[in-house]
Amino acid sequence: MCLAVPGKILSICGDDLTRSGKVSFGGVVKEVSLAYVPEARVGNYVIVHVGFAIAILDEAEAEQTLRDLAQMTLVVGAGLCD
Amino acid sequence: MKFVNEFRDAKLAQQLAQEIASIVTQAWTIMEICGGQTHAIVKYGIDELLPNQITLIHGPGCPVCVTPIESIDRAISIATQPNVILCSFGDMLRVPGSGIDLLTAKATGADIRIIYSPLDCLKIAQENPDKQVVFFAIGFETTVPATAMTIDRAKKLDLQNFSMLVSHVLVPPAMEAILGSPDCCIQGFLAAGHVCAVMGYNEYIPIAHKYRVPIVVTGFEPLDVLQGIHICVRQLESGTAKVENQYTRAVRREGNPTAMQLIGEVFEIVPQQWRGIGEIAQSGLGLQAKYAAFDAQTRFPLTSAGKDDKHCAEAAGCISGQILQGLKKPHECAAFGTVCTPEHPLGAPMVSSEGACAAYYHYRQHQT
Ligand code: SF4
Repeated sequence: MCLAVPGKILSICGDDLTRSGKVSFGGVVKEVSLAYVPEARVGNYVIVHVGFAIAILDEAEAEQTLRDLAQMTLVVGAGLCD
Repeated sequence: MKFVNEFRDAKLAQQLAQEIASIVTQAWTIMEICGGQTHAIVKYGIDELLPNQITLIHGPGCPVCVTPIESIDRAISIATQPNVILCSFGDMLRVPGSGIDLLTAKATGADIRIIYSPLDCLKIAQENPDKQVVFFAIGFETTVPATAMTIDRAKKLDLQNFSMLVSHVLVPPAMEAILGSPDCCIQGFLAAGHVCAVMGYNEYIPIAHKYRVPIVVTGFEPLDVLQGIHICVRQLESGTAKVENQYTRAVRREGNPTAMQLIGEVFEIVPQQWRGIGEIAQSGLGLQAKYAAFDAQTRFPLTSAGKDDKHCAEAAGCISGQILQGLKKPHECAAFGTVCTPEHPLGAPMVSSEGACAAYYHYRQHQT
C-alpha cells in the first residue's frame, strides 16, 4: 500500500478540501484528491498514496540529481535493472 | 521526464556502486527504514552490488507488518457484529490475527470490503444508512493525510454511521527505539522519502545529533537508494552525523504544510503497540476529543469475553519480530518458503509486498 508511483495530472476540478483530479499512472487513470497539493497544475507529476497526492515532483530538482549522479564517474558498468 | 526510468539506469547504478566501493575503508551497517526501499534493494540486487563492507539491515517500515495482532483481532470482532461493514486496504485482509485473518472472516459471512482510498468508505456509509461502516485505518505518516481528511469530511457531512479503528504508526519514535536498544548495531539510516514528503525532516535533526548517526532522506528507485547509501557512507567515513536529503525532487525540509495542519487538527500523539516490537512511547495517533464520536473503539466497546483475551502470540516458528527489528534475514527462518509462502503466510512480513519475507520470496529464492 506504500509503493507509490508518480502519476501525471490530466485534469483538475473542485477547490480547497474537495480539490481532485484525474491522474494517469502509466496509462491507468484514477481519481485522486489534490487537496494537499494546492499548487499542482495539469501536467505536473505527483506522488499518490491511497488516493491522495502528497507531493509534487520537482522537475528541476530531478534533473539536478541526475546531473550529480552522472558527474560522479564515467566508468561504464554492466546491466543491473530491468 | 517521467520520474521513473531515469532513476533506474543500469550503467549509472553500476558506476555509483563502484564509487561507493572506492570511498569505503571499513565495515558499516546501514538500515533502510522503509519496506518500499527494502523491496527495491532486493528486487534490483542493490545489496549484492555493494562492496562487502556495507551491510544493509531491513527496517520495520512495512505498515501491515507492524499493525498489532490486537488491532486485527479487534477489527475481526467488529466486522463479525451484525449490520457492520468493515473497510480496509487489500494487504490487511491476509495478515493473520491471533486466530483467523480478515479474509477468513469475510469468507464466513462478515461484510468486509477492500477500498483503494479511505474516502471510498464515506460513499459506502452514505449508500448504507442502516449499516455501521468502520474503516480500519492503518499505516505510516504517508497514509495519515488520507485518514485525517476522511474523518474531517465525515464530521462535516455529519455522518452518523461511520467510525474508524485507528492504528497509525510514526517513524521517528521507532528509529529512536531502535537506536536506544542496547544491541543496536545501526550506524546510519536511510529515512523513508514519502514519510518525509508529508512530515518534512526537521524531526530527524535532533535524532542524528543525539545518537551520532547520519540520516539520509532517500527515494525509492534504484539510483535513489544507491545515492542515499553513497551520501550515508561519505558521512560515516568522514565522521559526520547529520540529516541530508537525497530525494530533493519530492521532499522539502518543512514537509507538506497543508497535510501537517489537518493531521494536527484531527490527531494527537499516543503510545502505540508495534507488532513484533512492542510498545513504543509517543509513536501512534489517537483521535482528538472533537472527533471522538468517530472512534470505533468507543462505538464498539469490547465485550468481557474479548477483554482479557491474551492469545496474541505469533504463529509457532514465525520469527517476524526479529525480521522487523533487523536481527535476522528472512531466509534464516526455518518456515521461509516451505510452510510460509505468500499464498499461505504464517506471519505479516510474508503478506505485503513491502514485507521483507515477501520480497525475499519473490526475488531471492536462490539463497534458500
Ligand atoms: S518467513 Fe514467514 S514464518 Fe518466517 S518470519 Fe517471515 S512471515 Fe514469519
